[in-house]
Amino acid sequence: MKIGLFVPCYVDALYPEVGVAAYKLLCSLGLDVEYPEKQTCCGQPMGNAGFQNKAEKLVENYDELFRGYDYVVAPSASCASYVRFFHEGIVKHECEAAKRTMDLVEFLHDVVKPTSLKARFPHKVSLHNSCHGVRELGLSSPSERNVPRFNKIKDLLQLVEGITVMEPERPDECCGFGGMFSVEEPAVSTRMGKDKLRRHIATGAEYITGPDSSCLMHLQGIARKNGEPIKFIHVAQILAAGL
Amino acid sequence: MSTKHSIAAEKFNQDSGRVTRHDQTFWSVRSKRDGLAYQLEEWEQLRESANLIKKHTITHLADYLEQFETNARKNGVHVHWAKDADEYNDIVMQIMREHNVKKVVKSKSMLTEECHLNDNLIRHGIDVVETDLGERILQLMEIPPSHIVMPAIHVTREEVAACFREKGIIEKHGAHAAEGLLKEGEDWRTSSDPTYLTRAARYHLRDNFMEADCGMTGGNFGIAETGDIVVCTNEGNADMSTSIPKLHIVSIGLEKIIPNYKAMGVFQRLLARHGTGQATTVYTSHFRKPRPGAEMHIILVDNGRSSILGNIEHWQTLKCMRCGACMNTCPVYRRSGGYSYTYFIPGPIGVNLGMLKDKDANYHNCSACSLCMSCDNVCPVKVDLSTQIYKWRQELDSMGHADPMKKMMSAGMQTLFEHPSLYTTALKFAPLANHVPAFMTNIKANAWCYGHTMPEFAKESFHTLWKKGKVK
Ligand code: SF4
Repeated sequence: MKIGLFVPCYVDALYPEVGVAAYKLLCSLGLDVEYPEKQTCCGQPMGNAGFQNKAEKLVENYDELFRGYDYVVAPSASCASYVRFFHEGIVKHECEAAKRTMDLVEFLHDVVKPTSLKARFPHKVSLHNSCHGVRELGLSSPSERNVPRFNKIKDLLQLVEGITVMEPERPDECCGFGGMFSVEEPAVSTRMGKDKLRRHIATGAEYITGPDSSCLMHLQGIARKNGEPIKFIHVAQILAAGL
Repeated sequence: MSTKHSIAAEKFNQDSGRVTRHDQTFWSVRSKRDGLAYQLEEWEQLRESANLIKKHTITHLADYLEQFETNARKNGVHVHWAKDADEYNDIVMQIMREHNVKKVVKSKSMLTEECHLNDNLIRHGIDVVETDLGERILQLMEIPPSHIVMPAIHVTREEVAACFREKGIIEKHGAHAAEGLLKEGEDWRTSSDPTYLTRAARYHLRDNFMEADCGMTGGNFGIAETGDIVVCTNEGNADMSTSIPKLHIVSIGLEKIIPNYKAMGVFQRLLARHGTGQATTVYTSHFRKPRPGAEMHIILVDNGRSSILGNIEHWQTLKCMRCGACMNTCPVYRRSGGYSYTYFIPGPIGVNLGMLKDKDANYHNCSACSLCMSCDNVCPVKVDLSTQIYKWRQELDSMGHADPMKKMMSAGMQTLFEHPSLYTTALKFAPLANHVPAFMTNIKANAWCYGHTMPEFAKESFHTLWKKGKVK
């Protein structure tokens, strides 16, 4: 199975270790992983700001670059989701690569289905269920709906030796990042972040973890500003711990 | 450039305790709704049925409206059609003049709010009294609603007590209302006991019911098959408003028509569960025909609805049954309050309806969404609220309302992301400054730094690590 690794722009620039962990993890599961170098961004920052038309060329480039792979995997739920659910609407034609783009967690859980992992992470973590992961990709059951309860992220984390996984009260309420929302509505965005952070901290966890570094970046920025010592780590890094 | 919503929201957030209370109040309604949702095995089926029935009805609206009109007339009800707010107000005034109305009692109706009915009545010298307790409090305080179902929830009981004192309600009814209710030593002149205040309000409203010569109600549903109007309340005030005066005027938007009672069964099970977290409203009142010797009128109001119906991107807003659940779940509404929006309906549905009503006045609310999509999953009739807000944002530029900062950033990103080599170069220089690289330097640093520290750039990007063979 040939996998194209998509490391979205902000992961590339700010959290390369998340890309590295995703790469190692996929390789360790016996997959053939390539990283096409000409990749940049999924287009979401422009789209959410109201300029999806400025992402047209980028979408075409993405499709060309990743078309030949069986799956495109990204360690970022909202980017994977944006590619899969918005790209075709932006360029108004079918996009092969977009259809086969998956977030790392859903790819592992639904396609690879590992029954064990080599990872060990003897820590207590609080799981951050990102909105687009929950409500677009279906990484967990949305609390608004009366559907059987599940959480794919938790299922995977529980394969890690020594880990304790907690969830905050209001487990899938938005953290307030929302891309440009955070700079356009700073007061509400910050307040949402503070509330979320407080609930994560209340679990007694050492780390906040999630499938989306953008939410984690937002929460981390607020935590640092307020002198909160809690640590942040992407799910991929935990699943790849020790590799 | 900040939107009016973001400016008002920042002001609201200066009182952190108020934000906490506001958030908790509405979150608790959302939680009650969830509790009821989890109890009903057929919950998701109900939502899907409601969605399909609404879609069907709205796409066959002309037929159902005619059926409704025919049946209502058969029941002896006068039916009127109003194409906009002015025509609506004229019709109301004409009916009132014919009956020489001096005083109107009203049960809650967002449509009359939309058409500014009260102002119009007052201008014509007619005394109008809201009879829903929340609405009455707002009317006395002369402030607008901050929520469509719980309009005065932001007002504290102390403020209510002060208002009742100022308006003479305490003086007139306080002593009577306090009988056997207040604790020893508690003075009815200053008490803000909620049960006591409610009782005082009840006596005050009772006088008004007795004196009124017209009762006005909204309608949650109009049943095409029978011509019935169904009104859901918790206080029974719709029944009081229509039982005493000899004239009953119903005002409903065109989209309130549903085919039959079978459909009604689906919506009735969803409405209160979503709106207030109750299995049903305390009163579900059905009005079919005038009482002997009385008159009943129904005014069907368009006021922009038929043009929404022709809007391919946004027609599904017409499915909305105004339950308020999308507000209760909206993390932005809960932390910015109803008054931070420029339209009288706040929250996700208000953002959309405001845009449909007047884009230039209401584009300010499009920023009030983090696109978390909770509203889409809460909504009993599956209005795709967040997708619609996303679509409005795409249109802001051509309307001339795009934020220049966002436009500049998006254009900058476009250049970089279309040219991978430029992008990698930008990244290479990023860690040197260890703050924003070129493509992000346009971030309004102040806005981000409002609540965050700057993110730190990695010494080497993934790209660089990969090129150097360090990813193994
Ligand atoms: S859009 Fe849906 S959730 Fe919001 S008020 Fe209307 S029916 Fe209720």
